[in-house]
Amino acid sequence: MIRVVLPGHLRTLAHVNSEVQLRIDGPVTQRSVLDALEAQYPMLRGTIRDHVTQERRPFLRFFACAEDYSLEPPDTPLPDAVASGAEPLLIIGAIAGG
Amino acid sequence: MSKVRVLVGTRKGAFILTSDGKRQQWDVSGPHFAGWEMYHLKGSPVDPNRIFASQCSGWFGQIIQRSDDGGKTWMQPGTPPGEQSGPGGMPKGESNKFVYDTSAETGKPLTTHQFYDGNQHPWEFKRVWHIEPSLTDADTVYAGVEDAALFRSTDGGQNWQELSGLRGHGTGPHWQPGAGGMCLHTVILDPSNPQRIYIAISAAGAFRTDDRGKTWRPINKGLVSPYIPEPTAEVGHCVHHVAMSPSRPNVLFMQKHWDVMRSDNAGDSWQEVSGNLPTDFGFVIDVHAHEPETIYVVPIKSDGEHFPLEGKLRVYRSRSGGNEWEALTKGLPQSNCYVNVLRDAMSVDSLDKCGIYFGTTGGQVYSSADAGDTWTPIVEHLPAVLSVEVQTLV
Repeated sequence: MIRVVLPGHLRTLAHVNSEVQLRIDGPVTQRSVLDALEAQYPMLRGTIRDHVTQERRPFLRFFACAEDYSLEPPDTPLPDAVASGAEPLLIIGAIAGG
Repeated sequence: MSKVRVLVGTRKGAFILTSDGKRQQWDVSGPHFAGWEMYHLKGSPVDPNRIFASQCSGWFGQIIQRSDDGGKTWMQPGTPPGEQSGPGGMPKGESNKFVYDTSAETGKPLTTHQFYDGNQHPWEFKRVWHIEPSLTDADTVYAGVEDAALFRSTDGGQNWQELSGLRGHGTGPHWQPGAGGMCLHTVILDPSNPQRIYIAISAAGAFRTDDRGKTWRPINKGLVSPYIPEPTAEVGHCVHHVAMSPSRPNVLFMQKHWDVMRSDNAGDSWQEVSGNLPTDFGFVIDVHAHEPETIYVVPIKSDGEHFPLEGKLRVYRSRSGGNEWEALTKGLPQSNCYVNVLRDAMSVDSLDKCGIYFGTTGGQVYSSADAGDTWTPIVEHLPAVLSVEVQTLV
């Protein structure tokens, strides 16, 4: 199972309390993970990537295994540790405040 | 026993304030959608327990929420908890989707408008500023959005279609954003004519349709804006808000960037009624529920200083449809008050003794149960208030 950690506001929106787990058949990429996430939690459609262009929303980034994958093409395979479920894909909102 | 429900949208969540008809003791629930910008909430006149809410975020975009039990529970239309996927696992979740019409069949869809730098800029959806439920059908609701356009849903907010005849109006390339963005912030449905809708855009002006949104025309004759290249232009005016008395739908009142205006012919022409106001800059304007010539504004010092004159929060009331104004101060802070009252943050109830409500960027929501003579804060420490709507429940 693929593990995904969502920002707090999106956990509230999806009615989940902790990380979510997704089953993905085929290559594990940003696109396949987000497709599976939105299929399982359709209320998240449009919140992580634009409804129409499917581009990542500018204030969100994707991290895994301490690396930033935000600028990678969406069909690039994610690390094996994510594909095996050893490590989660982190969806992180830009920090804003004082 | 009558009851009043006040729907408050703030920078960090929504709050629902309820009271009986005396409007002295209030229950406060919230924050709903804590941490999110709640631009606007409004209840259906057909089914008052049905409330639509615009929830948005710079991080996560636009969400539409709906309650069918007066704000106790909420769901995204079409995606209630427990029914998260449709047949075959296909996702629902379409209620967040606002897509501009680009088809050739429906009018003249535009691709650009004027930007701050004077160049043409593509239309980009950002958020829903105002939600206006239908007067006759609980499943039909309108949404005014940024970048300026009008959308309609006929299935309770699940799917949205643009009324592209507005954005496709020939003047579109001359519309431009105000400081708050290029927003369609006012939607008024004519209770006497289901074909007629008024909208207002900052900074384009006011528009009217007489065919349920297929075609539109600007209604800005008489507006004078010295701060734009052509002060009497057909479009380009920074209209802040428009209000109408349901009992006299041909009469409109407008708070423009500067100037308070009125129209006695459904917007065909306007005349200034700022009269003796100490400043005619402001954002809100509203009309008494039973006295169509009694109107309210909150004068703000200037476009560069968005707070009341002399630190005194004063609502001004005219009982003559404008020109002659009186300051209403009893119960409002009269020193060191430097809040603003944003364009959708005033509303009236329809009880016999009309109640007036407004919220401030300082987080206060004030109410008056005597048409403005005296004021009392319902709450004082909310996040900045973006919108206030009132439901009168019987």
